[in-house]
This record gives sequence, C-alpha cells and structure tokens, in this order.
Amino acid sequence: MSQVLVPQQPPAHRWISAERADDVAITQAIADPLFTGFGKRWWLALLATLPFVLWLLVAIVWLFYRGIGIWGINSTIVWGVAIANYVWWIGIGNAGTLISAMLLLTRQRWRASINRFAEAMTLFAVAIAGLMPIIHLGRPIYAYWLAPYPNTMALWPQWRSALVWDFWAIVSYLLFSILFWYVSLIPDLATLRDRAPRRGAQLVYGAFALGWRGSAREWSRLQTLHSTMAALGVPLVCSVHSIVGLDFAASLMPGWQESIFPPYFVVGAMYSGFAMVVVLAAGIRWGLGLQAIITPRHFDAMARILLMASIVMFYSYATEWFMGWYGGEHADRAVVRFEFTGTYAPLYWALLTCNCLVPQLLWWPFARRSLPVLILVAIAINIGMWLERILIVWNTLSHDYMPSLWRSFHFTFWDWSFLIAPLGFFAFLFLLFMRLIPSVSMFDMRELAHEEAAA
Amino acid sequence: MTATLVAQFLDAETLQAALRRVKSTGHAALDAFTPYPIEGLAEQLGLDRSRIRVAMLIGGLATAAFAFGLQWYSAVIDYPIDSGGRPLNSWQVFLLVPFEVGVFAAALTGVIAFLRSCRLPRLHDALFEIPGFERATQDRYILVAASEADPRDLRTVLTEAGAVVVTELRAP
Repeated sequence: MSQVLVPQQPPAHRWISAERADDVAITQAIADPLFTGFGKRWWLALLATLPFVLWLLVAIVWLFYRGIGIWGINSTIVWGVAIANYVWWIGIGNAGTLISAMLLLTRQRWRASINRFAEAMTLFAVAIAGLMPIIHLGRPIYAYWLAPYPNTMALWPQWRSALVWDFWAIVSYLLFSILFWYVSLIPDLATLRDRAPRRGAQLVYGAFALGWRGSAREWSRLQTLHSTMAALGVPLVCSVHSIVGLDFAASLMPGWQESIFPPYFVVGAMYSGFAMVVVLAAGIRWGLGLQAIITPRHFDAMARILLMASIVMFYSYATEWFMGWYGGEHADRAVVRFEFTGTYAPLYWALLTCNCLVPQLLWWPFARRSLPVLILVAIAINIGMWLERILIVWNTLSHDYMPSLWRSFHFTFWDWSFLIAPLGFFAFLFLLFMRLIPSVSMFDMRELAHEEAAA
Repeated sequence: MTATLVAQFLDAETLQAALRRVKSTGHAALDAFTPYPIEGLAEQLGLDRSRIRVAMLIGGLATAAFAFGLQWYSAVIDYPIDSGGRPLNSWQVFLLVPFEVGVFAAALTGVIAFLRSCRLPRLHDALFEIPGFERATQDRYILVAASEADPRDLRTVLTEAGAVVVTELRAP
C-alpha cells in the first residue's frame, strides 16, 4: 500500500531497508493510510472476524443462562478451557509490555518498529484474559465481591486467596498497560491531529493528543516518565504472571505445588507472547506495506529470542520431571508418568514437539529469515503453549491423590467455542486498532531513521 | 522593546547550531519544538530537572502502604478468620496486592505529574496560530527566541543559521 518507503535488497540500513527514510516519508507511510482508508482487504478481514465476535457473545450469554455445566468440566476436573485460556491469554498479554519495556531499558533501537502494536496486543489479550475467570465463576454476577468495599454483609475479601491476588494483578496490570501505551502514543496522536484532512478527525485526535506541541520540555518529561514506567513495568509483568503461577503453586496438588511455577510461567508468557508478536508483525507488514520498516533483521532478532526461550522452556519441563522423581512423593511421580503415558499423552507429546523440538529449526539462519517458516514455528509455539496450559490443568486434576476420583475431560461444543471465538474477537479488536491508530510509533521511527542516517 | 521570533529549520543539527548562535549573540532561546526527542536539547535550553520520579515514588509507596493497611485492618481487626491456623497478620502474602497496586499508582501519579509539569492537557495554544507550526509534529524543527534589543539583529542571526521561515509572535 505504501509507496513512500521503498525497501531495498540488500537492506540499505541496519534496521530500515529503504535507502531514504526522512521524516516526511515515515510520517506518510504510517499515518496516511489512516486517512485514505485501507480499502477492500481490511473490510473483508473485519467481516471475516464478525461471526466469531457473535459466536463469543452467544457462547457467553448461553453460559450465563445455563451455567458452567455446558463445558466438559466435572466434579473432579473442576477447571477446564476457561482457566487454560486465562493463563494463555494473559501470557500473550504479558509479552507486549515486557518486550517493549525490556527493549527500551536495554536500548535495543529496533523496538521502534514493533513496540506500538505489541503493546496494543497486550491490551486486547489482557482484556480477554480478564473475562475468563469471571465467566468461570459459578455465579458471575457476584464477581464484584472480589473488591473490598463497605457492604451490608460486613464482609471483606479473603486476602490469602490466590483468586484475590489474581484480581488485583489483572486490574493493576491492565490499567498500567493502558497508561504505558497511551503515554507513548500522545506525540503520534498530535501528528495525526496536524495531518488530519477532516474536521472530525482533527477534533478526535486533537482531544486525545491533549494539546501536545513537541516542545523540548514535553519531550524530556515524556522520556523521563516513559523510561521510569518501563523500569516499573518489567517487575510488574513478572509479578503478574508469577501470581498466575501461584494459582497453581499455592495449592496442595501433585504437579502443581512446585516452587518453579512462577518463573516458569513468566518465561512461558514471554515465549508465547513473542510468538504472537511475530505473527502479528508479519500480518501488519504485509497489510500496511511496511516492508521497509519491519525488516527481515527484525524477524531474525525475534527468532533468536524465541529460540532462547524454547531452550529455557525445555529446561523448565526437565526440572519438573526431575523434581517429581527426586522428591520421592508417589503422587508426584505418578503424575509425571501419567503425563507421558496417560489419557492425554498424545497431547503432551504434541506439546513437547511444538515447544521444544520445532523451534530448534531457528538455529539455522535460513529459517530465521524465511517468513513462512518463522510464522509456522510461531503458530506451533502458540499451539504448544496452549496445550501446556490445558495439560497443567487436566493432568493434575485427572490424576489426583485419590484413585477413585480419577476421571477424564471431554471437550464439548462450548469448550471449542471458548477456545476459538476469542481468537476471532482478538483479531476484530486488532483490526480496529490498525485502522484508527498508527501501528508503528512514528516519532520512534524518525529517531531511528536519523540514527541510522537514513533521513 | 522585546520581540519573540519563531524560526523553522529543516533538521535537528541546524536547529541546535542556531540555538548556540542565538545564545552566543546575547539573545534568549525560549523553547524548541521537534518531531522526535533530540538528545541534550532540554539541557541546551536550560530547563530545570523534572521531579516526576519523586512524585511517582511517593504516589506508589503511599498507595502500597494504604493497600497493606487495608488488608491488615480487615484481616486482623474487622473480620478475623482463622484460616488453617495461619496468623491473622499474614504479612508475607499481604505484600502481593500492595506491590501490584503500588506500581499502578506510581504510573498514574507519574502521568498526572507529567501532565502538570507540561501544562497539559490544553485545548489551544497561541503557537498553533503560526502558519506551518503543525509541521513541528511532522518534519520541521522550530526554535522560539526572544530579543531584548533589536529584533532585526535576531532575525538576521536566525536566517544566517539556516532558518527557512521566521515569524514574529505578537500578543493580540
């Protein structure tokens, strides 16, 4: 779509593959499609996601009407797809802010091309994740009982409960992510305000730009604020997914009560989130014609991080198996044996293939630079990570201390609904974001272009 | 009489060189507007250091302390429950919620402090009336300078430093 920045082969600069990328070209390439429209392709994509949005809506209404018995859960396997979804979505949600903040703190300049949409991915994923525990509640109308407020029942939340920690972690993290994302968006909103051809767009973008002028004071304050938020964001993200890990680790169940769970969940979150960023980056690059800004080298850098994370994941799984054996507890050993040979064994082997084996392809430079291979690896990782989440739930609950309670989980139509429909809902939100807000940070790109001497 | 001039430049290097010229010729450099953050520009203009981080620290710690106090009061004084023989003041797990809300509160305080220190949000600014100022958020580098003495001298300095447009700013 964008004819302003012409990518070259070989790339003209380290992180920008166009020979010339001056301020005007970058601004035009990123901002102008928002005013001229994206054409038929965007509408078709949006139309394709609509059935999923409706499906999710129907599923939620039916769930509220009938109760959680419409799922395959039973009195033994009390957790199911909703909890696995929650962990998976919040994992993806953790990655955007974590990636953006960590790359900012470590001065990785190439973050300029990916930080904006990675953070948007965070917002939508966390919002979807936040829905899951609520719909999983037997009586969702009482979800607000998690909040401490003076009430006629004279009750307070149970602060020692992992569910209460979850509530605060998700709410704080979602609000923090919105602020972190918005702060770095203000200068770009001002650019849109100043470029908007129509009065309506000028007013809307102008209101959200808060009167930004780009003065030296505003820039210096914004940078102070943004880098401080990034420094706070990294420990926050780690704590959020650690708390999700504590939902399991703070129990007394074999296979869950493990001190490795919090860090293992954080790495898993970054892993699945980075894989999702790769998929979205490929989509945005193609959809918006940003080949000059999101270069093969960016994908190469992300692929290396995926490879590293896959090794750490494998190490975490191996530690689980080792500790299950080394601890000597019969139930722990039985759960590990059940993982490899029990009811869900094919899924477990699929999980190991997707998370540990397939990403080893990325040792080879050709795989890191070939977009189709990288996308397939990233999708495999996301499938593998979802399998990991659901198997953590199923294996332990299906193979508890009491053999007379051993049962299996069977998927129902509504389990599939809650697995698939949120993906379409996520795509729907993401398409709206792409249409309304610049998917790549314009001022970061200008700075990068000047540093790369491309301007 | 004082005159305030607004000069537009094509790149950051020229702007910074002009800023040095303006200061060395005895005029005052008031502010600069750029499409991306320029390192060292705030120092060149002599802006004071921001206290955003101090505000964030205070806001974060105060909220975290409040959250801990709320848990302690509700779990120990107002609604004590013996849960499996655990101490009523289970301070180790009571630290989780204060950390989460503390970080969020620090960020929120930071945003408020940032907006206050930049006098945002504002609906309008006199500078927006200057023709071409809308390009400060796109591809122009703008310097605002004031002269106590002869504005013509300042105008010459700015033009010689490479300004493409120089506009005079007047109070209505």
